[in-house]
Amino acid sequence: MVAVELNVNGREAHLQLDPRTTLLDTLREHLHLTGTKKGCDHGQCGACTVIVEGRRINSCLTLAVMHQGDKVTTIEGLGTPERLHPMQRAFVTHDGYQCGYCTPGQICSAVAVLEEIEAGIPSHATDDLEKVAFSDAEVRERMSGNICRCAAYPNIIAAIRDVAGEDKA
Amino acid sequence: MKPFTYTRAASVEEAVRSASSVQGARFIAGGTNLLDLMKLQIETPAHLIDINHLGLDRIETTAGGGLRIGALVRNTELAADRTVRRDYAVLSRALVAGASGQLRNKATTAGNLLQRTRCPYFYDTRMPCNKRRPGSGCAAIKGMSRSLAVIGTSDACIAQHPSDMAVAMRLLDASVDIIGADGARRSVPIADFHLLPGDTPHIENALKPGELITSVTLPKPIGGTHVYRKVRDRASYAFALVSVAAVFDRDGQGRFAFGGLAPKPWRVAAADAAARSGAPAVAEAALDGARPTPLNAFKQQLTARTLASVFRQREARA
Ligand SMILES: Cc1cc2nc3c(=O)[nH]c(=O)nc-3n(C[C@H](O)[C@H](O)[C@H](O)COP(=O)(O)OP(=O)(O)OC[C@H]3O[C@@H](n4cnc5c(N)ncnc54)[C@H](O)[C@@H]3O)c2cc1C
Ligand code: SF4
Ligand code: FES
Ligand code: FES
Repeated sequence: MVAVELNVNGREAHLQLDPRTTLLDTLREHLHLTGTKKGCDHGQCGACTVIVEGRRINSCLTLAVMHQGDKVTTIEGLGTPERLHPMQRAFVTHDGYQCGYCTPGQICSAVAVLEEIEAGIPSHATDDLEKVAFSDAEVRERMSGNICRCAAYPNIIAAIRDVAGEDKA
Repeated sequence: MKPFTYTRAASVEEAVRSASSVQGARFIAGGTNLLDLMKLQIETPAHLIDINHLGLDRIETTAGGGLRIGALVRNTELAADRTVRRDYAVLSRALVAGASGQLRNKATTAGNLLQRTRCPYFYDTRMPCNKRRPGSGCAAIKGMSRSLAVIGTSDACIAQHPSDMAVAMRLLDASVDIIGADGARRSVPIADFHLLPGDTPHIENALKPGELITSVTLPKPIGGTHVYRKVRDRASYAFALVSVAAVFDRDGQGRFAFGGLAPKPWRVAAADAAARSGAPAVAEAALDGARPTPLNAFKQQLTARTLASVFRQREARA
């Protein structure tokens, strides 16, 4: 067992963990933050997406011990049922889900995607590498690491477009 | 996962020292490939040395006008770096064509170079695989070989190298900077870094036990029009069936490197020399000596078609 300290959603967590424990299992099994979902456990679906030190990652493919002292934001930390994060509200408004299993990962990813575009980080959909700007094509490409078996994709895009302030319809 | 012990190395010297002194030790960088394989017990290290805090995460220009990319620079950072976008655009393009945003935020330069094959039988521990279990045979040669290599293969293994980034680095004549347990440093041209399978498909690169990659160095920029074209089974978040990295200069000279076709990023001088003759000639030169299986023979035509698309993109951008 090793001692691991994390800051999860603004709260300090002091844990004793088997070094094998992924960040995902730490959140779900040890901190009982079950909003973050386990889909594939192999980096292939995005259900486990959380924001660590400001960047979205797959929590299934990293060990908690590797994040000693790091700040972790999960879906529970973005907003609460009483005070929804704008992205959470937009997913509700636009029906950006059906079963909801992929949704926490979609929302964490979406929040980070808008920051990545804002920061000028290029993607595979970026035509001119020097000019990074919001577009539906950019969102689709950047969200490709989040699979939705219910195929709520059009509504997910609508929700993200709404939060980005690009909904001119 | 099999149990292991874990330490966070505080310096490069400490990392290489413990790598050579602790039995079964492995470095862990982003962990996106290693942990995936550890969960399946394809990799079973007894000890993990975390190399994320060694200060190897910088991108610096070299005295010769090139670029030194720290081994721990994340794929996202490298693709977004101003100099890379401007002077080595093919590398930015290759990086963003790989994996997903989440994975690129974790994946590192060295980890990406060292990622292991996506051969389905390498992943299936019930099946024979010479790479996973030397001498056990190769289930892929008569099996589901659709995604696998068509050239540079052997009777022992036909696995492809899955990296996009490495294809662009091969095109740019990068070199891999390495430090050994005794502190000795050396630099290996990327052309010699990845090895063909031959009789020893489990030996994949020029690293000696315990050696650490500290950086990858690019020579000074070559200018030209940069293109990376990747063809895959879905539009995003999938490995390449075929990919082409290309740089063209103004008078029609070009250089080409290929992903998805071979056990290493594939580049042959004859293909570069055929640049002025057009896509079919380049494809033919690149795949001279190919030994496809019935299931992946389509990659030959796909290579020619991907190159045709690359030539068109070049015209559009020039
Ligand atoms: C679902 C999925 C899709 C993907 N799609 C793509 C794709 O389309 N294209 C693509 O190119 N890649 C793709 N990848 C692979 C991804 O790019 C790699 O997993 C990643 O680059 C590995 O980097 P890492 O830092 O996480 O490596 P790690 O997993 O930390 O390490 C990999 C190996 O390198 C060794 N190592 C790491 N750093 C060093 C060092 N400095 N010196 C010596 N040894 C070292 C480790 O010991 C380990 O053996 C995908 C991965 C997943 C899970
Ligand atoms: S092709 Fe290589 S990796 Fe795949 S089963 Fe054969 S030996 Fe193993
Ligand atoms: S559970 Fe992590 S990507 Fe699927
Ligand atoms: S809403 Fe069901 S998987 Fe996305």
